[in-house]
Amino acid sequence: MNRDSGESAVTGRRVRELILRESHRAHVGHIGSALSIADIVAALYGGILRIPSLGDTERDRFILSKGHAALALYAALALRGWITAEQLATYCGDGSLLGVHPEHELPGVEFSSGSLGHGLSIGAGCALAARATGSARRTFVLLSDAELDEGSTWEAAMFAAHHRLDGLYAIVDANGQQAFGYTRDVLAIENAAERFAAFGWDAREVDGHDGAALRAAVDEAASVPEPHLLLARTTFGRGVSFMERRIKWHYWPMSPEEYATAMRDVAAT
Amino acid sequence: MRTAFVETVCALARADRRVMLLTADLGYNALEPFAAAFPERFFNVGVAEQNMIGVATGLAAGGMIPFCYSIAPFAALRPYEFLRNGPILHRSRVRVAGVGAGFEYGTAGPSHHGIDDAAALRPHPGLTIVTPAEPAQLAAALRATWDQDGPVYYRIGKDDAVRVPGLDGRFRAGRAEIVRDGRDVALIAMGTLASEACAAADLLAERGISASVAVVSTFNPSPVDDLTELVRAHALIVSVEAQYVAGGLGSLVAETIAEDGAAARLVRIGVRNPPQSFSGSQRFYHALHELDRDAIARRVLTVLAGERV
Repeated sequence: MNRDSGESAVTGRRVRELILRESHRAHVGHIGSALSIADIVAALYGGILRIPSLGDTERDRFILSKGHAALALYAALALRGWITAEQLATYCGDGSLLGVHPEHELPGVEFSSGSLGHGLSIGAGCALAARATGSARRTFVLLSDAELDEGSTWEAAMFAAHHRLDGLYAIVDANGQQAFGYTRDVLAIENAAERFAAFGWDAREVDGHDGAALRAAVDEAASVPEPHLLLARTTFGRGVSFMERRIKWHYWPMSPEEYATAMRDVAAT
Repeated sequence: MRTAFVETVCALARADRRVMLLTADLGYNALEPFAAAFPERFFNVGVAEQNMIGVATGLAAGGMIPFCYSIAPFAALRPYEFLRNGPILHRSRVRVAGVGAGFEYGTAGPSHHGIDDAAALRPHPGLTIVTPAEPAQLAAALRATWDQDGPVYYRIGKDDAVRVPGLDGRFRAGRAEIVRDGRDVALIAMGTLASEACAAADLLAERGISASVAVVSTFNPSPVDDLTELVRAHALIVSVEAQYVAGGLGSLVAETIAEDGAAARLVRIGVRNPPQSFSGSQRFYHALHELDRDAIARRVLTVLAGERV
């Protein structure tokens, strides 16, 4: 196992740089979705998650339920030193463990994801297993707002609230977009925090691009004996001027010129 | 068979603290012994089968061995993709019990009939599918498979009284159990319908026909070697199942014959017609789909008489 580079190595800007570099090299999309969660992932791997080592059974569990943003997770794992630069450079290559969606056989990935609506119930099971075995480890699940379209997400929300799984933290990347349009046009979910609160969750809203605020929200939530929902307000494509809030960048890969502009934009953040 | 299920899972839970039982609000008047003995390891997750399988996936990753219980179509088909991307993809120790194999929930209607669950799950090489024919065999199967790596689907009946003569509760993973040796025809049966196949063999014996009867109790991985021996040793093979023949046991036996190049003729007894809306008992449905002992024996006699069926 590779040496841990430490939490300070993970910043939103570095995560973005790796997202852009690898998506451009592989000529693969899902860039806007990954940029949307760059600061959330940086906050998690930069201090919120307690992961002394990847093999530590008491480590916090992280489930990227919106698996199509896997590149942000790979970037964080690379910045921590848990996957090498050479591994990262295999992104989307033949035989690589680093595909568009995360696979559990890659060290640092707890669960394979990619099918939306799957992660929260797995997270509830992780939290229940921790309780059953007397462990203080926590479970964090990062969902997209469009994933709240899935009924299975709400089955899990009911279950977690009923059993008061207070070791479970769901973070919703509320960027207001999905593959085909804006959530307000496709299937409105504008009052998601209220809905979770109505289900019995400890729900709060936070700026998803403010790492300190995210960390403070997790700390504040810790004393509430309910599962925790952090509705993280984000901007799709955050940090790249021509991608922000643009539906096109859910799937589109970058041209060389766009890549150069994007890297300049991120360097200026 | 439900009694054997809950008694055996209770015994496993007494011996190992990792064993848990989840139900999607089914098993009234069956699962109570587990709930009473192990309240901290029993979860009625509500009517939410997808979540049940997702939660079980997380539990298994945390070192537990969760058993998930529901009626076959709700256990296998409602959360099908959660099984695929959860326990199967992650090779988790999740166990799913689908109760009501075949037409056991006859009067409940087509929504409750377990006639496609095993066939639907069969494509997945990473999933063990156990299809016991009698309660004692289910108990033996649970004891043989409860802590093996990877997920297991148990397609079980709810009848506690059914017995298969000569089976004596034997279970060997990946094997077919030969309960009767004969020369003229081999009846290859799955699930509790094996008892009807045995009764059909008795009826055939009265007419001078000597029938082998084999019970397929591990549907996946399939008992290829045992089936190959059977199809080589008999000129006529009859598959018997309370399930659609497409993708089911009939398909498995057909594949075995074709891949081996055996010369045997195959007759597939099973469900071939689309679901209909009328009510009826299991016995009624078996007669309707020509799955009972009389229909099996009649079919064999017709074929042996040289008529095309």
